[in-house]
Amino acid sequence: MTTLRSPLHDEHVALDATLVDFAGWQMPVRYSGDIAEHQAVRTGAGLFDLSHMGELSVRGAGAADFLDFALAGRVSAVKLWGAKYTMLCNEAGGVIDDLVIYRRDWDHFFIVANASNKDRVVTELRDRIGAYEATVEDVSAEIALIAVQGPLSAQITGAMCELGEDDIAAMKYYSGANVLLEGGIHAFVARTGYTGEDGFELFVGADEAREVWQLALKYGTPLGMIPAGLSSRDSLRLEAGMPLYGQELDESTTPFEAGLGRIIAFGTEANPRGDFMGREALAKVKESGVAKQLVGLVGEGRRSARTGYAVTDEAGNQVGVVTSGVPSPTLGQPIAMAYVPVSMAEPGTVVGIDVRGRREEMTVTALPFYKREK
Amino acid sequence: MANIPAELKYSAEHEWVDGDPAVGAVVTVGITAHAADALGDIVYAEPPAVGDTVTAGEVCGELESTKAVSELYSPVTGKVTETNEALEAAPESINTDAYGAGWIFKVELTAAPQDLLTPEAYSALTA
Repeated sequence: MTTLRSPLHDEHVALDATLVDFAGWQMPVRYSGDIAEHQAVRTGAGLFDLSHMGELSVRGAGAADFLDFALAGRVSAVKLWGAKYTMLCNEAGGVIDDLVIYRRDWDHFFIVANASNKDRVVTELRDRIGAYEATVEDVSAEIALIAVQGPLSAQITGAMCELGEDDIAAMKYYSGANVLLEGGIHAFVARTGYTGEDGFELFVGADEAREVWQLALKYGTPLGMIPAGLSSRDSLRLEAGMPLYGQELDESTTPFEAGLGRIIAFGTEANPRGDFMGREALAKVKESGVAKQLVGLVGEGRRSARTGYAVTDEAGNQVGVVTSGVPSPTLGQPIAMAYVPVSMAEPGTVVGIDVRGRREEMTVTALPFYKREK
Repeated sequence: MANIPAELKYSAEHEWVDGDPAVGAVVTVGITAHAADALGDIVYAEPPAVGDTVTAGEVCGELESTKAVSELYSPVTGKVTETNEALEAAPESINTDAYGAGWIFKVELTAAPQDLLTPEAYSALTA
């Protein structure tokens, strides 16, 4: 398989970034250093190239009804310019992908999918169209995604605008707007992200990506913003307790087990919702409860649990598995997420982790590990 | 471009060795700048314990960065005489000064090293 390159590839090379293969793309894992990039986002701002993410356009008079059927959330209830975190589930209720969906017009939804799942999402959605009057278009190749994340992101993103600076300032979390960036560049900008900080995601034409990246640097650099890679993105999202597809989420896991049952809209008597893919299976899980549950873990030692490590009981038997783990730059302690039996999911429970052959103890803690001050 | 001091010897697992590689001599061991860069910010170093016997090419400790964990291999065979205790508080020295303050442990050699690389050979390996 050929490795895909971001439209910002030359910028990354010029910045001497460390590039890695990620979901079929060659992407920057770090520029200056993981911890410096992480801290910049927590305290100032970081600039991310997320052009590997998949983008789909769903249009048509029946687009809202179609997505109500195809996805776990009630998409039709999203206001114009609003955003929603939702999931594409299979018939058994397992997660095919987690998505952010933006309503850009009454009959136009813009969907951001994980790079590794994008082709699958396109196929699944098209398979579900049936009689709905809707089309699914893969626009990933023509769109670049650049994110400005951190407490200074509103100031920087606003400064990049020729028209729309006021809209940036007034924008609520999980909504978006069309703006005109300096130089007459059209962008769809949303106040969303994957870092646990305030932040903006700028969807621009791939052929204008370098100009937008340079524009962000022009206004961000004097404020201390630095480019940030996928390594810091991972430690930031983990501190914020956000799941990563392929680690916390997969096709054999339902949103309930991941602690995200709230994203499934079953409807109420007053406001009923029609059938949607996975409904029957998910309703059963809701009724019967789950056997395993995603929890946060904090360790007092120095050695971090990592993806795939065994969670053990007092006798040393494996009872669960670590899905993600990192030495938290903000907390200065190892943090992790893991699936454990419900009986061990209560905060305060001490579990064992087989960290490379040696038992380390970690304590179950409520997610997220880090929450920004509003 | 790469930082590979000419006065050191190297292993294929990206350690450097400083000192006379003769039986009975004490050499200093660390990881190369290339390896430190690849690991990212090192937040925890676990060297072998003083008194441990280490064997060339075998795992003797671990290095942990935000991104990953890497096993630390010994490039030489012998007995550990000293470890860099400053790494406990400042593991980032391995990133900032891989060949100086970032040294990891010292070994009294019980066997002459067999497979150490010259700076040129190590440079070719990482090119």
